[in-house]
Amino acid sequence: MTKFFEFLNSSVGRKWLMALTGLFLSLFLIVHVSGNLQLFKNDGGMAFNQYSVFMTTFPPIKIVSYLLHATILLHALNGFYLVIRNQKARPVKYASKKDTRSTSWASRNMGILGTVLMIFIVTHMINFWYQYKFGAMNWKTYVVEATTGKVVKEDMIPAADAATQNLQPVTMDYMGNTIIICKDLYAVVAEAFKNPAVVAFYVISMLALSYHLLHGFQSAFQTMGIRRKKFEGVIKGIGTFIFAILIPALFAAMPIFFLFVHK
Amino acid sequence: MSGNMNLTLKVWRQKNVKESGRFETYTAKNISPDMSFLEMLDEVNEDLIKGGKDPIAFDHDCREGICGMCSMYINGRAHGPVKGVTACQLHMRSFVDGDTITIEPWRAAAFPVLRDLVVDRTSFERIQQAGGYVSVNTGSAPDANAIPVPKDNADEAFNSAACIGCGACVAACVNSSAMLFLSAKVSQYALLPQGRVEAKRRVANMLKAHDDAGFGACTNTEACEAECPKGISVTNIGRLNREFAAASISGE
Amino acid sequence: MNLDSKIPAGPLAEKWDRHKFSCKLVNPSNKRKYDVIIVGTGLAGASAAASLAELGYNVKTFCFQDSPRRAHSIAAQGGINAAKNYRNDGDSVYRLFYDTVKGGDYRAREANVHRLAQVSVNIIDQCVAQGVPFAREYGGLLDNRSFGGAQVSRTFYAKGQTGQQLLLGAYSALNRMVGEGKVQSYTRHEMLELVMVDGQARGIIARDMVTGEIQRHSAHAVVLATGGYGNVFYLSTYARGSNSTAIWRSHKKGAYFGNPCFTQIHPTCIPVSGDHQSKLTLMSESLRNDGRIWVPKQKGDTRKPADIPEDDRDYYLERRYPSFGNLVPRDIASRAAKDMCDKGYGVGKTGLAVYLDFSDAIRRMGEKTVESKYGNLFDMYKQITGDNPYQTPMMIYPAVHYTMGGLWVDYNLMTTIPGLYATGEANFSDHGANRLGASALMQGLADGYFVLPYTIGDYLADIERKPIANDSPEFMEAEKVVKERLSKLLSIKGNKTVHQFHRELGLIMWNHCGMGRNEVGLKEGIEKIRGLRDEFWKNLLVPGSDLELNQNLEKAGRVADFLELGELMMVDALHRNESCGGHFREEYQTPENEALRDDENFAYVAAWEYKGDGQPHQLHKENLVFENVKLTQRSYK
Repeated sequence: MTKFFEFLNSSVGRKWLMALTGLFLSLFLIVHVSGNLQLFKNDGGMAFNQYSVFMTTFPPIKIVSYLLHATILLHALNGFYLVIRNQKARPVKYASKKDTRSTSWASRNMGILGTVLMIFIVTHMINFWYQYKFGAMNWKTYVVEATTGKVVKEDMIPAADAATQNLQPVTMDYMGNTIIICKDLYAVVAEAFKNPAVVAFYVISMLALSYHLLHGFQSAFQTMGIRRKKFEGVIKGIGTFIFAILIPALFAAMPIFFLFVHK
Repeated sequence: MSGNMNLTLKVWRQKNVKESGRFETYTAKNISPDMSFLEMLDEVNEDLIKGGKDPIAFDHDCREGICGMCSMYINGRAHGPVKGVTACQLHMRSFVDGDTITIEPWRAAAFPVLRDLVVDRTSFERIQQAGGYVSVNTGSAPDANAIPVPKDNADEAFNSAACIGCGACVAACVNSSAMLFLSAKVSQYALLPQGRVEAKRRVANMLKAHDDAGFGACTNTEACEAECPKGISVTNIGRLNREFAAASISGE
Repeated sequence: MNLDSKIPAGPLAEKWDRHKFSCKLVNPSNKRKYDVIIVGTGLAGASAAASLAELGYNVKTFCFQDSPRRAHSIAAQGGINAAKNYRNDGDSVYRLFYDTVKGGDYRAREANVHRLAQVSVNIIDQCVAQGVPFAREYGGLLDNRSFGGAQVSRTFYAKGQTGQQLLLGAYSALNRMVGEGKVQSYTRHEMLELVMVDGQARGIIARDMVTGEIQRHSAHAVVLATGGYGNVFYLSTYARGSNSTAIWRSHKKGAYFGNPCFTQIHPTCIPVSGDHQSKLTLMSESLRNDGRIWVPKQKGDTRKPADIPEDDRDYYLERRYPSFGNLVPRDIASRAAKDMCDKGYGVGKTGLAVYLDFSDAIRRMGEKTVESKYGNLFDMYKQITGDNPYQTPMMIYPAVHYTMGGLWVDYNLMTTIPGLYATGEANFSDHGANRLGASALMQGLADGYFVLPYTIGDYLADIERKPIANDSPEFMEAEKVVKERLSKLLSIKGNKTVHQFHRELGLIMWNHCGMGRNEVGLKEGIEKIRGLRDEFWKNLLVPGSDLELNQNLEKAGRVADFLELGELMMVDALHRNESCGGHFREEYQTPENEALRDDENFAYVAAWEYKGDGQPHQLHKENLVFENVKLTQRSYK
């Protein structure tokens, strides 16, 4: 066991920790972004709200979510530790401006980018996750025609009523239709993104995410010693086009969509 | 002579390891473009001595780019503006008349400044003493051709072994990490059958010495590779990480 | 005192084995009771330190650099010879022995050279086991190349940095022993005096170059592996810090100096570009494998080299030495270049250069192959000169590169001071009057790995096994002398810097004791050096104090010693009325301008004894007996 902690505490071990947690979080981003794509559906938020129910109630997902929270903390705290340690490795700084042509901006500023992302994650979770779990939210009922899959009726249940009735989310068949009762997170999202300041904050944060992943994704493979010459192109390609461009762009499109397109 | 230059130098001056330092400004007059950077400093020093001042102390020895002794941070770059050369092989034709040149020592907690531009690199010694060798006593070696080594491995080991231990990687690294230096040593031995036998012990002990010396951790900015006068590749760092993880997992 | 070279009796090929058997041994448990000081950590020093520590001795190493790895062995490029005969091209221990004796122009000891050739094969084994990445072929076995002065391929190499790789190998072995606590490594320390107790070497006085502290270190034996003294010429391919202080101080304490005038001038160096020049850069001799050396047939031909047609070019080495061509030994190649330039055929701004042309090689092998073989050398040339050697021939000129002379040692590598050893380039060595390419690395490692570990035990076995006190009157006196000398250097406060003196000395040496020497010039040179030395002690300006890092003070002490050694070199050159190897006396040459040896009168090692300041040195002769090799006029035609 001491051997394991020695490994974890070494500069290389801590980099491994950074890489593994980072890649796990990257994997989560794929799940998160594909789920959230349902925000773009024009169904009164039904699909998105259902997805939210699934994500918060399905036991395996719940376990993964705790793991996720722990990973975020581990990644951030370890990163914070490394930044301090690395700062201490150069107590007297250079006076001349560093010639930075040989390195990328992102690689030199992972700590700052990470801090932005941490602030974002906290804000984001207060906005939605906390709201969803503990906040007073309106509920919604959808009636879906089973044969066509069309929403034939939707009703809003005010938060106060839902609280007194102690509502639980359900999906049931009733006379050839499906009735769905769930919290209306979709409305919360739509409402939040009506605020240009919130949208700006989200878009900037996604920019930070983009740069963080631009370096972080391929860097994780280098840390694990996998980024050999033969794989380098593929890894950098995936890191750049999928993780640094596609995913942050899709995330950023969501607040923009609610601000400008969704009415 | 035509084409000669006048330059302004801002040089870090520090009496010894205990006192704090400061920048001083000097002029270098009538500098030939054929001079090496260190020859330019020689001339400046001659003037300083004759003017009753202390000359600038800087490390240098072979002056042909192989001993790794010279170590200065010139205008924001380790060994100056030309890629793939040490300061002693940097020639003044890389500068133009009227330039201001800032010259600093390597900056790292693990490289304390001893005087002016001279730093203490014994931390590198300690890393190598911790395991940078094959444990073979004189006289006990088998015939040199007894163990064939694939040419690609031998060449790759040579490329790693080309490190001259100057410390430019540390100087250039935003974290003052010596990962490139360390990984080049580890790689050289990891690639050869002679070095494999004690590979696990070696990587663990050398990394510990690296961390204990106060070098930072690697964040893969790859400035080290860009500034290395011998073009040591960051592939070595990947290999080190792999070797270290394997050693940690499979060791008792 | 009579010189006893202690060459063992018996047939040449058995001498070393017999001698090893006759050497006294030190019991393993007693070895740890002996301390050995090794000054210098290049190939000879590091290999000896590691090997002795492995045997169990307590070793202290000293180097003036910040790491043992930076010793100037690191700059050797081309390779290391070994009689492995992996090429099946007729090589053997005897052939390597023969080539080396002949290459040295018959001024080396047969027994030493044969031993060198014998252990050469073990060196390669040792280095490979240490992880030295020699060049290999696709089959995974070691590659070889050919080198000057030999007609077989016996040179092992690691691209253009064989010296660095071999030194890193020895350094790694040394590090292992430091890690195990068997070696104490003192870096940024300079030996300033040898300490003798009862006529035996018992320690050194060293200066911590960072704090200026003067330290007394005692030991049962002292090994000097401090390299050569070519920096007496100011401009040379030596590292700037290379110096003769350790050997010169020891010489003044009683160690005889062997053949001081034998200097090697390397033919393929980058020419001098101006007065500011601080050192010369060597381009590996391996370039002569594929490059062709020429000058224009027309004096003062100012056409660009590419515009000079084949018929107007004089490939003078190929013309004069058809069988060896561009691969003649170094002394011959250098002298031929000087000869052509003196006659007015030289090229470049100064007229002191000849062309080294790769255009044929590029045509024959393609640029890619040439790049893979010599790429790093071409890059270096381009960086220094600004010219691209793929497009235009390189310009080269000879430069001081190695000193065959050094402290006289017997077969055991012991100097005339009991307990004081000299190894590697620091001793007068196995190379006679001229060293062959790729033999310096071989000798340094042979001495350190395979000779000294045997022979030092023979001496130590008779020494009392108790620690040597470092506060005896002898140590205190030596310390006092060192401190006084430093104060003296600092107190002159004249007008000229140490660099100025060094440069002037170098010019005198080059002009009067360089590639061509003659009686009149040498006598003049001696007078000039004496004058310069007087001025040095009256008009030197050294800034700062002795209790700090003071690079000018370090250098002042070294130049002070060069100023004395330079004179001895000239005295030796003047007395040797013959030409041999690197020593070319213009009065003694064949009608074809080749060196004319005088075996009748000069087949001996000149070992000079110091007799006190202002007193002439006393000459001792060690006659060289050649029982196996017939002395002939060297011919590479």
